Amino acid sequence: MREPVAIAVERLGKRFRLGPRATTDRFTERLQTACLNTVRRPWQWLRGSSRPTAPTTAHRDEYWALDDISFEVRQGEALGIVGRNGAGKSTLLKILTRITEPTRGRFGIRGRVASLLEVGTGFHPDLTGRENIYLSGAFLGMSRQEIRRRFDEIVAFAEIDAFIDTSVKRYSSGMYTRLGFAVAAHLESEVLIVDEVLAVGDAAFQKKCLGKMQDTAQQGRTVLFVSHNMLAVQTLCSRAIWLDGGSLRADDTPAAIQQTYQRATDSAAPSSHLLSASADGLVRVRSASARPIPINAALTVQSPVEIVVDYDIIDQPRRLHVCLYVFDSTGACAFCTFSEPSTHPPGHVRATCTIPGNLLNAGTYAIDVQIVEQGTTVIVGIRHAIVFDVLDADRTTSWLGTWSGAVRPACVWQVSSLDKATRT
Amino acid sequence: MTSTPIKAPRPSELTRVTTSVPATAAVRRPPDLVYHGARSPWELVDWRELWRYREVLVALATRDLKVRYRQTLVGVAWVVLQPLATMFVFVTLFGLLGRQPAAAGHPYLLVVLAGLAPWQLFTNSLQQASVSLVNNPNLITKVYFPRIILPLAAMVPAMVDFAVSLVILSLATLCCGVWPAVTFCLAPLAILPTLGVTLGLGLWSAALHARYRDVGYALPFLMQITFYLSPVVYESAALIPSSWRWLHACHPLVGAIDLFRWTVLGHAAFPWQTVAVSSVSLLLVLVTGLAYFRQVERDVADRI
Repeated sequence: MREPVAIAVERLGKRFRLGPRATTDRFTERLQTACLNTVRRPWQWLRGSSRPTAPTTAHRDEYWALDDISFEVRQGEALGIVGRNGAGKSTLLKILTRITEPTRGRFGIRGRVASLLEVGTGFHPDLTGRENIYLSGAFLGMSRQEIRRRFDEIVAFAEIDAFIDTSVKRYSSGMYTRLGFAVAAHLESEVLIVDEVLAVGDAAFQKKCLGKMQDTAQQGRTVLFVSHNMLAVQTLCSRAIWLDGGSLRADDTPAAIQQTYQRATDSAAPSSHLLSASADGLVRVRSASARPIPINAALTVQSPVEIVVDYDIIDQPRRLHVCLYVFDSTGACAFCTFSEPSTHPPGHVRATCTIPGNLLNAGTYAIDVQIVEQGTTVIVGIRHAIVFDVLDADRTTSWLGTWSGAVRPACVWQVSSLDKATRT
Repeated sequence: MTSTPIKAPRPSELTRVTTSVPATAAVRRPPDLVYHGARSPWELVDWRELWRYREVLVALATRDLKVRYRQTLVGVAWVVLQPLATMFVFVTLFGLLGRQPAAAGHPYLLVVLAGLAPWQLFTNSLQQASVSLVNNPNLITKVYFPRIILPLAAMVPAMVDFAVSLVILSLATLCCGVWPAVTFCLAPLAILPTLGVTLGLGLWSAALHARYRDVGYALPFLMQITFYLSPVVYESAALIPSSWRWLHACHPLVGAIDLFRWTVLGHAAFPWQTVAVSSVSLLLVLVTGLAYFRQVERDVADRI
């Protein structure tokens, strides 16, 4: 017999407005434009010029962050939600936790929802740890009696016994995080929503959090887990959905989702067909793309990546070289690399660069492509010409947290005991 | 396979499932599926939900009170000092002018204090309420609770101050040789219209402030004008010509302060006219305030 439905999402949609409407946050400006428009509109009408364009621009400034999402989660299920940045994962969570209202559709939830969207929600720096536990608990929907009952458990889990009556502004960031997580994790909720908490805290605490989450699922509570980290999703979840561009692309087992997700990110994301030309129009870039080696494998941390830039030289031979600037998802330049300058006759030229495996970290990378003449003059520059995701497919360690750094080279390690050497 | 069409469950299916929950599966018997969607803009306040989140209101209010009184000893002294200083200024000013805007037989000192008590409640809580949304973006974007709790909780410290000023008032009645009138017992009730006006305007200003940041600049100026429009340092019966009193009372605070002052002075005539007119405008302010706040609440987390 199947478990009852814990979360039912029915045709959920959320629309955002972009553009000047959303950015105007001054009342006086709104008044000013309103006044100007009352003068301008009739004037335009008198001149017989184009009709006021307000309705059409309004449509262009809207976009659906979530579009017609429907799924249901049964009680005791752990559902992973995966997708790239901007796919609508956070918006979905914000709607399910009722932080924002959907524009369309509705969702049903059975029982209380505890969210670990942000640990330490509602903490006030001037209050003590004890006071903040009650404060934060109230926001998460716990009554005072309930918190009192679980108070010792929370303090023990957070490992802050000695500092419970110190104001939290004197806490270290680790203590702060641990306390926040402890409060949220001890709420007896029917549904637990977790968003990338694995990114915080040290390895030992992460392990504790994961254990807590697994307990939660085994107790018959429902867990929604959002992560970029396919590995963590596969470990923790029994089912996963994949959001892409605001719509639901797939709903399957985590393993199957991982495969579809990888195939799609490999085929869709890396190639970016564009045409950009130098100022004189005599050097034209046809396309720039990234693909894993071998070509039909997944683009993972271990696989080498081949960057291909195709361009045409028109009219006369030129001495050019190609530069690649690789940026990580924080926008920092991880490294840059360039070809040797070479002279080619007019025609189609292909530059191929292989980024070795075990260099890039997991995450999204963007590459700026430049074509440089005579070693100094940039004649074509294409910002973020290639964007691709590197996946973290198999890790040998048991740790699932975010691997820091713009790169993840396979360094050679040697650890040995020197005791004997020092004695002699 | 790129997309999986998912069948939306029919409500009938859901209710059927609810009735057959296996006893072993759940920690305790789970409650029914509660649906949330875009709420109707005509539903001003969800009272049942507000009651469920009462702990948040208590927690926020105690947080504000604790933070306020933990760091400052002057906190309480300030509550006493402020009305006394203001009273002193106006008593001196009108004393020099030789004519005090109070009805015959009413000690002016008491008239001013009885006006200042609700005024301070109004101005302090409105000030706090107007920034209650913009000062708490970390709460609004991170966790759900009925947003109306923020301006409501912001009003609580001023209410505590008001309790202190009630004590001062009762002492002042003794000083003026007027034994606290029987009507003084009604004072805590008579302050309710003032709280209503404050809530209505507080909702308006909090919501406007969240949308338009320049509202914060306009508010102090508007408060200054409101001070003179309200019968704080004068009695409306003594200063406003009777033919214009109905218009003056369209300002909802007029009736509210008149009503409160009546309970303090005791033997004055009940200000029927201003109270009646102000009640109407009070209701208008409160309902429109709730409606506009509701409107802003819908997407405040995305825009703040």
